[in-house]
Amino acid sequence: MSDKTLSLEDLPHHIESGMTVGIGGWGSRRKPMALVRQLLRSDVTDLTLVTLGGPEVGLLCAAGKVRKIIYGFVSLDSIPLDPHFQAARESASIESAEYDEGMFVAALRAGASRLSFLPSRAGLESDVLTMNPDLKTVASPYDDDVYVAVPGVRMDVSLIHMNRGDVHGNGQYLGPDPYFDDLFSRASERTIMSVEKIVETSELSDHPFQTMVINRMYVSGVVETPRGAHFTSCVPDYDRDEKFQKHYATAARDAAAWQEFEQAFLAGDEASYQQAVRDFHTAASEERA
Amino acid sequence: MTTTTDITRAEVCVTACSDAWRDSGEVLAHAVGIVPSISARLARLTHSPDLVLTDGECFLMAEPPPLGASAQAGGTIESWVPFGQIFDILSTGRRHSMMGASQIDRYGNHNISSIGDWRRPKRQLIGVRGAPGNTVNHRVDYWVSSHTSRVFVEQVDVVCGVGHDRARAHTSSSLRFHDLGVVVTDLAVLDYDAEGLLKVRSLHPGVSAEQVREATGFDIDVSQAVTTRVPDEHELELIRTIDPRGLRDREVRV
Repeated sequence: MSDKTLSLEDLPHHIESGMTVGIGGWGSRRKPMALVRQLLRSDVTDLTLVTLGGPEVGLLCAAGKVRKIIYGFVSLDSIPLDPHFQAARESASIESAEYDEGMFVAALRAGASRLSFLPSRAGLESDVLTMNPDLKTVASPYDDDVYVAVPGVRMDVSLIHMNRGDVHGNGQYLGPDPYFDDLFSRASERTIMSVEKIVETSELSDHPFQTMVINRMYVSGVVETPRGAHFTSCVPDYDRDEKFQKHYATAARDAAAWQEFEQAFLAGDEASYQQAVRDFHTAASEERA
Repeated sequence: MTTTTDITRAEVCVTACSDAWRDSGEVLAHAVGIVPSISARLARLTHSPDLVLTDGECFLMAEPPPLGASAQAGGTIESWVPFGQIFDILSTGRRHSMMGASQIDRYGNHNISSIGDWRRPKRQLIGVRGAPGNTVNHRVDYWVSSHTSRVFVEQVDVVCGVGHDRARAHTSSSLRFHDLGVVVTDLAVLDYDAEGLLKVRSLHPGVSAEQVREATGFDIDVSQAVTTRVPDEHELELIRTIDPRGLRDREVRV
């Protein structure tokens, strides 16, 4: 079995401009944020994102990396809307394919199964069909039903973040929900998985077998990135950093504040990001004292 | 002691929403917002003991956690339904939604996606989320915490939840599970007439028909409107136990 570990700095070699990139997690939960931050540092651009979107969407849009987004929603959960995503849509600087969440999952399932489409009741008579004029319906060959033929989505690469993984690309989530990361991995040509901690393969069995949802057949790179989902949640390793997320959302609403945020948190490498976040919290608690 | 003399508007809204779950049976209560969440719990404790509650994350709760918190904070988990399973459940129809709305039109078309032309929206909102799928698979009610003519509009900008005009114009058998129930607002309870048009079923105590007409951006029939019932003493006690911090009164500012 091959060792698939990558350094974070290697990531941009695996992603080319113009690619379709899947992002795991859900909203502001277990997003591969360290991988996303590495994309921000690269010259990769013109990406098509496929995501149940959280802050990665806003960050990538603000950095001019995005051509198109295929999504069911974009939300920071505890903060309903991401200002950067709103700005990108409101200035029409990105293309968008907004799907019903169930349709979005059908698109992934079709893609993973190498089907051109899967039938879906969801979407019928809604403006999802108006907003996506390429979507077609299909008549049932068995009865009088008509369904939306949700086209399968295949991604060049997916980025996901797991709690644990081994060097071979087996991944394990320890939180309450796997989200759709396994589906993303099957619907992608390649998957780069970041993990909180790389462990021995035998240690994966320290937890219930049902937690081992990602397997190495689909994973081509493993990056160890402690706190790599920050500021999204990665329970049980850590909760969402609500204070920092609020800081992000506030800064994203104002050009000058955003410049400061970028300077403070995004100008350096991942280690300096994590240090800047620690400093942010230290400063905040000193202010309180 | 709990008395019915100091009932708040929010508490009237809670029981109005609670009544919407009546007869839903053993289905998943999908409740978005404080008042709907309280109402589902109240329904379970009173007339609908079989109703299935969630923690808003991935657990079904035999005993719900404290209001606004997930299963981590307490309660009794009875089952595990990660997001992936929610779409399987809604496809089976064993679900009943009560969702918020940024816009609703006279036929119950519903929008949470964006305001203005969707190609370049004046304001991008959260996205269609699950509304298209919900409305063609199972019963859907809406909760509007602030009844204004900005919400009740002539025409919604993006149809997320499917309204009666579109459902009825659909020619295949695929929309047979389309089932819009009520729209509960801070002023009134609305339901649909035989033509599928919204009408006022009841006005909350202290609200006039004129007030609702003025706050609605299209002509609405108020001729049949009765007065919304108020919670009884038992319900009031339960509401105040479910929501000891009074979050409901922050959602309904009347």
